[in-house]
Amino acid sequence: MAIPKVCGIETEYGIVLRGGGDSNPIAASSLLINAYVSSLHSKVDWDFEDESPGSDARGYNVGGSPPPEVETHLVNAVLTNGARYYVDHAHPEISTPECLDAREVVVWDRAAEQILLASMNAAVQLLPPGQEVVVYKNNSDRKGNSYGCHENYLMDRTVPFGRIVTGITPFFVTRQIFTGAGKVGSEAPGMGSEVSFQLSQRADFFEEEVGLETTLKRPIVNTRDEPHCDPQKYRRLHVIVGDANMSEVATFLKVGTTALVLAMIEDDVLTRDLRLAAPVQSLRRTSYDVEMSQTLDLANGDSITALEVQWEYLTHAQKYAETHGLEAVGTQVGGDVIRRWEQVLTALEADPMTLADQLDWVAKWKLLSAYRERDDLQWDDPRLAAMDLQYHDLRPQRSLFARMNLERLSGDDEVVSAMTEPPLTTRAYFRGKCLQRWGDQIMAANWDSLVFDVGNDPLRRVPMMEPLKGTAAHVDQLIRECATASELLERLGA
Amino acid sequence: MAEREQIRKTTPERKEEVVEAPPATEKGDKLKAELDDLLDEIDEVLEENAEDFVRSYVQKGGQ
Repeated sequence: MAIPKVCGIETEYGIVLRGGGDSNPIAASSLLINAYVSSLHSKVDWDFEDESPGSDARGYNVGGSPPPEVETHLVNAVLTNGARYYVDHAHPEISTPECLDAREVVVWDRAAEQILLASMNAAVQLLPPGQEVVVYKNNSDRKGNSYGCHENYLMDRTVPFGRIVTGITPFFVTRQIFTGAGKVGSEAPGMGSEVSFQLSQRADFFEEEVGLETTLKRPIVNTRDEPHCDPQKYRRLHVIVGDANMSEVATFLKVGTTALVLAMIEDDVLTRDLRLAAPVQSLRRTSYDVEMSQTLDLANGDSITALEVQWEYLTHAQKYAETHGLEAVGTQVGGDVIRRWEQVLTALEADPMTLADQLDWVAKWKLLSAYRERDDLQWDDPRLAAMDLQYHDLRPQRSLFARMNLERLSGDDEVVSAMTEPPLTTRAYFRGKCLQRWGDQIMAANWDSLVFDVGNDPLRRVPMMEPLKGTAAHVDQLIRECATASELLERLGA
Repeated sequence: MAEREQIRKTTPERKEEVVEAPPATEKGDKLKAELDDLLDEIDEVLEENAEDFVRSYVQKGGQ
């Protein structure tokens, strides 16, 4: 049976220092994060001991080309909600804590936005009058520079990687019909004037089917093999093909449907061969086809639309729910995912505009189309490009997304709580609670361990190699009963 | 299209799409008025100089 699809999202945000002339994005990102962290009680640094981004899931380490850069000298903090908040590639980035299902990801991803917003408010206090740091949750600067919103899913190590690639690629190529955040124009070479509006922020930037890169020649399926847990039992599928979503429904569907398809791949129930003849071209073709009417060529010679590919996966998922159950993705959440998936595909087929209160690309398309019509603008008018960017502005008073009143799945109170509290359901609970209780005695933390400094003893590392151990059910009582970190370590036998 | 029909056969549980009558004029007018109000509201918060804003929004490439 498929293993639980522990999952999370890491988002690199666009950043601008306004009113300050030419700014250094690394300095602005550092200022932003430091302003937030210094407003909290204590700061715990990230520990790079077990990082190995050069490991490849196909079974080798990259030697010829350098592994992806890890900027160890930059700001890097672990938060009491179990998240990591850091500077990466000249962007502020938050990785959510490990979550058990798509709904939890929605809540902690929304909490991450609120942390960025609180950071902007803290940073403005440190800046000269007239200056502010502004953060955008998008994936491109419209000039060919892209930054990512990556997803991560726990997979059973015994599943052959080739089966994952075959099963997931047609899904990744076509899921953008509901996960896309929408973009005016295209940044792919030679496409600028051909495309007025496309479904996805990211499709322009993908050049390979499978590979290890994340910043150049981006692949549809990324092979980074860095499980951050027991490598004998698990892999972490690192997904780089998605857009950052403002819409909670889009995030819920993105993570929920992907987790479900991965569970089906683990249980080997995908029977129909949907391999595409040209996945990279199909990814762009799908993104450029706002009418969703064009067909994609399958490797077996048939042709199929993106919507039909999604119906095919949905049909498999509906059968899978009956034959195998949905425990791997959360029984209730999995059922919600399947219902919404069907509703969204039905609406996309009948009249996409009815989804303007649910999906990012539709909301953006509706807004920009109406504005364009009112003022009789061409698609290359800078006002539309500006609105495209401003849709993703995280400041509530400036965000165009906020004006569109999209459906919420999270509650305000649970989002505020998730800014400081970890999920109850994964090892993030142990990490977050230890940081709350004994933050000043934790020297370093990373996904799979905590390092304690309790006075005269040597540093003690507590390994957390099982993503589903260290939940509230496992350790809440233990943590409550321990008066000191030393007592905790003693009882853990660390 | 044969491909499409074949897929439809595999999903008999799907509800048929209900084709709704076009919205009454009154409702259509209301929606348009709401959208007009939204666009007016958006005019208030849009970046003042769209061209400068778009030009100066430059990011380093990331992952």
